[in-house]
Amino acid sequence: MKSVEEIKSAIEAAVPGATVSVVPNPAPTAQHSLLIGAERAIQIAEFLRDDGELALDFLSNVTGVDWLDKEISEKVKVTRQVPKSVDGVEQIVEETVEETRKRVELGYLEAVYHLYSVAKKHGPVVVRLRTANRTDQVELPSLTPIWRSAEFQEREIFDLFGIVFTGHPDLRRILMWDEFKDHPMRRDYVEPDDFEYEPTPHDEVLKRAQEHKAKVAAGEAIQ
Amino acid sequence: MSSSGIKTERLAGWNRPPVIESDGEGELLEVAMGPHHPSTHGVFRMDVVLDGERVIKLKPVFGYLHRNHEQLGQSQSYLANMPYTDRLDYFCSLTNNWAYALAVEKLAGQEVPERAEYLRVILAELTRVQNHASTIGFLLQEMGASGTPLMYAFREREKILDLFESLTGSRMMCNYMRFGGCRVDASPAWLDATRKVVDGLPAFIDEFERFLMTNEILIARCQGIGVLRPDLAVNAGISGPMLRASGVNYDIRKVDHYGIYDRFKFRVPLGDHGDIYDRYMVRMLEMRESISILKQALKELPTGPVMDPKAKIRNFRPKPGEVYGRIEAPKGELGFYLISDGSPNPYRYRIRPPSFINLTVLEDMCLGSNVADVVLIFGSVDIVLGEVDR
Repeated sequence: MKSVEEIKSAIEAAVPGATVSVVPNPAPTAQHSLLIGAERAIQIAEFLRDDGELALDFLSNVTGVDWLDKEISEKVKVTRQVPKSVDGVEQIVEETVEETRKRVELGYLEAVYHLYSVAKKHGPVVVRLRTANRTDQVELPSLTPIWRSAEFQEREIFDLFGIVFTGHPDLRRILMWDEFKDHPMRRDYVEPDDFEYEPTPHDEVLKRAQEHKAKVAAGEAIQ
Repeated sequence: MSSSGIKTERLAGWNRPPVIESDGEGELLEVAMGPHHPSTHGVFRMDVVLDGERVIKLKPVFGYLHRNHEQLGQSQSYLANMPYTDRLDYFCSLTNNWAYALAVEKLAGQEVPERAEYLRVILAELTRVQNHASTIGFLLQEMGASGTPLMYAFREREKILDLFESLTGSRMMCNYMRFGGCRVDASPAWLDATRKVVDGLPAFIDEFERFLMTNEILIARCQGIGVLRPDLAVNAGISGPMLRASGVNYDIRKVDHYGIYDRFKFRVPLGDHGDIYDRYMVRMLEMRESISILKQALKELPTGPVMDPKAKIRNFRPKPGEVYGRIEAPKGELGFYLISDGSPNPYRYRIRPPSFINLTVLEDMCLGSNVADVVLIFGSVDIVLGEVDR
């Protein structure tokens, strides 16, 4: 089977305007994956399925991964002009100091597709799609029209992670009920305050009861 | 046609379920089959729209048994998660253990001793036999052969479960495999008992076949019903006996050679029509192949340790990276996708459940058939809700 780099160049040759990059995997299997741009994802998927040599006709696994916003603190060397008295004369001197700067790298939601070929009996080729952020730009193109097996799995990702797959024929919640808010597989998911009265609470239950009472006092929850 | 032999020029929407119009006479009837329908194996619902007796729409409804197993898995250590995998497909806890152990071993670069590999094969094939036997039993139960064939299957299953119990301590929640081997070694007495059970299995399958294979009612209700085309089966990610019943030669034991499956001689039974009868027959034949693997494995079983002495049990932290490990479970391709960030818990823990994905084409298979056949088609998929809903 072709290596990941060869598949990357094959995609770039076949689909004009496609953005493809290799995501390295440091595990012993060294199963590197391909990160593809969302704009040409459908065409790339169609190429991967229908290309005679690759023939990745079997989409085995589709899953979501949640990558949180990361706060990165890095040390930067900054040159500043500082007034300083040298030999009794006020002068402006350049001075280099180290400064710690914090910046927030936006997290994203990721859909990971594991492709195999039933015709050629090879695989897997791992394809990833990433959203722009975790809050308002969470749309990705659905690959269900190309591989039917994504139908329920993409619905599951929509349900549990909150990625909205555009072009999906039947995008509804699948495991949670329709009225449910939030996405329980997100890393920062907080359980709802489903407080239940207990006569002599202690430990965890006591903590929950106190939190609930505080919320009721603040008017954030009902008794 | 591409060089692979699989059709690529297709009409738009070829892999969608067809739209069936009602004949315009009478009213349409919406029926919720389940979650308490006896054929739904517990808690599963099919919202069916009927035109007379004919199914014109079917939507499966999941989630009654959802417990967010994946989030649970991410909140505890790799090893602590092993007993939880038993609860996925509770008919086949040993293959679940194996798939999970295989994925983690791939992630950590862990070797498995020879004897442990053989024990894993023996237990996985025993699991396959008892799963297929009970699936066929349930299918016949749903066909109206009330009780008797199921009890014949369960009689055999009980013998295998007794073996599981004496080796692992539990009939169904085995929790037997570890990263780098198996928990306990099999004693010579256990191996003798296993040989005895395996030697008795062909007689059971012969008997089962003699009673059922040419049964007129079984043929009338199974042949030509619930047909699944091979191109749609591949496109919809169907795996296991259901894929092979549609005539697609794809067995992960043969393709991936995981464990030590390349050492055994066995054939892959294929169906011709992709109907219920073929699914039933493929399972029958697979049981025979499993028995042949079992005989070979029991003959060649080497001595030695069952656990890699260098395997790390405590403070197990795989290096950062990701892995997808899959095996041919009795129901199809069971895969585990893991991402490690170097901590004791997996960053992402995902199960690829075969029975959940095999239900993708349930609507396609049921459309146009009678409502009584829906029960049979659903039974021939072979699902366990613990795995579907997770």
